[in-house]
Amino acid sequence: MRVDAIQNGIVIDHITAGRGMQLYDLLGLKDLDCPVALMMNAVSGKMGRKDIIKIDADIQVDLDVIGYVDPGATVNFIRNGSLVEKRNIEMPKMLTNVIRCKNPRCITSVEQELDHVFRLTDAPNKIYRCIYCETKAK
Amino acid sequence: MRSINDIRDLTVDEINELVRLACDIIEHPAAYSEKCHGKKLATLFFEPSTHTRLSFEAAMYELGGNVLGFSEAQSSSAAKGESVADTARTVGCYADIIAMRHPKEGAPYVASQHAGVPVINAGDGGHNHPTQTLADLLTIYREKGGFENLTVGLCGDLKFGRTVHSLINALARYKNVKFVLISPEELKVPSYVKKDVIQKNNLPYVQTTDLEAAIPELDILYMTRVQRERFFNEEDYLRLKDSYILDPKKLVNAKEDLCIMHPLPRVNEISVAIDQDPRACYFKQVLNGKYMRMALMLKLLELA
Ligand SMILES: [Zn+2]
Repeated sequence: MRVDAIQNGIVIDHITAGRGMQLYDLLGLKDLDCPVALMMNAVSGKMGRKDIIKIDADIQVDLDVIGYVDPGATVNFIRNGSLVEKRNIEMPKMLTNVIRCKNPRCITSVEQELDHVFRLTDAPNKIYRCIYCETKAK
Repeated sequence: MRSINDIRDLTVDEINELVRLACDIIEHPAAYSEKCHGKKLATLFFEPSTHTRLSFEAAMYELGGNVLGFSEAQSSSAAKGESVADTARTVGCYADIIAMRHPKEGAPYVASQHAGVPVINAGDGGHNHPTQTLADLLTIYREKGGFENLTVGLCGDLKFGRTVHSLINALARYKNVKFVLISPEELKVPSYVKKDVIQKNNLPYVQTTDLEAAIPELDILYMTRVQRERFFNEEDYLRLKDSYILDPKKLVNAKEDLCIMHPLPRVNEISVAIDQDPRACYFKQVLNGKYMRMALMLKLLELA
């Protein structure tokens, strides 16, 4: 399989195999009208298998979302067909409106306009908790 | 603008300072009777809690201040669909400090982000209730002279009992505290409290279902109510609610200086026969709660 090299855009590489789809959803890529390729189970020297996302447009992606889903991913910024920046991603300390609190007793369950904000409370175990009710993100 | 949402918002030093201030208020009440002259406390109670509301209001009156507010959501603008943020912003224009109780977890925190005046969480669903914990801490301090070297028994609903979780959080920061967790299997302390608080601080603890057997080694026995609304079915509630009733017979082998506590209101988990026992401290807790609320409001208003 071959996906055309992109001219201006973003390549999210080294995504843990199987997480590409979740990332695609959470980044809202289905709403874009530019070409987007999601490649799953690509062969990788380092990782065995990996997922890759290529976005063929100069858009902003929420790096926090990538850091939340897969802190091991790398983000490559492409301009005029060449790599201009390669960024390693870290787990974000705060996540705003990426995931939703599912606790029915949480204030966010009744007040629609509140941001859903999660804080990283335990980095080694990758645990995020709602800033309002402390419910763990699943 | 400083607000208090969670007992963990306060450092050990700050708690010690609040305890010191509360003790000074107890010794010299006249010196504080006009400290809040001209100040207004708003008690925004979106669900009724007579004890907590009266305690806040009495505390503000004893400091020479005034009180406004409502005691249930039906009589408030929330009934018309106003957001917590808007209510907080509006009330912040009238009051110097807010005590908020709300059935939804995190509501007082939302209020604190918008009020422009200090907001005290007076209970948010099953989540936090820091002034109850402050009352508990002052009681332990006055009865035991400090917070170290104590064996603390917690009995009843340890799964949903927020006062228990909050007290564990507060006491876990002191030296040589041992917890004895007494509850039916169904209502054991959740693992995040056990792992993230007790084990993380390397504190010794035991879990047991036997109240009577646990009593002799305790310095503190903190009883809690098994609440009907926490159960999904009536049968489980009826089966468990009477399992952990403290009566004089169970106290036969208790220490002479055991301190028996309860956040109140009680249903029947402490027999009234114990009320006359000098070890019963639960009504002292009520009084201590008022003093700690006085101390807390003075600090948040930067008047002490
Ligand atoms: Zn929440």
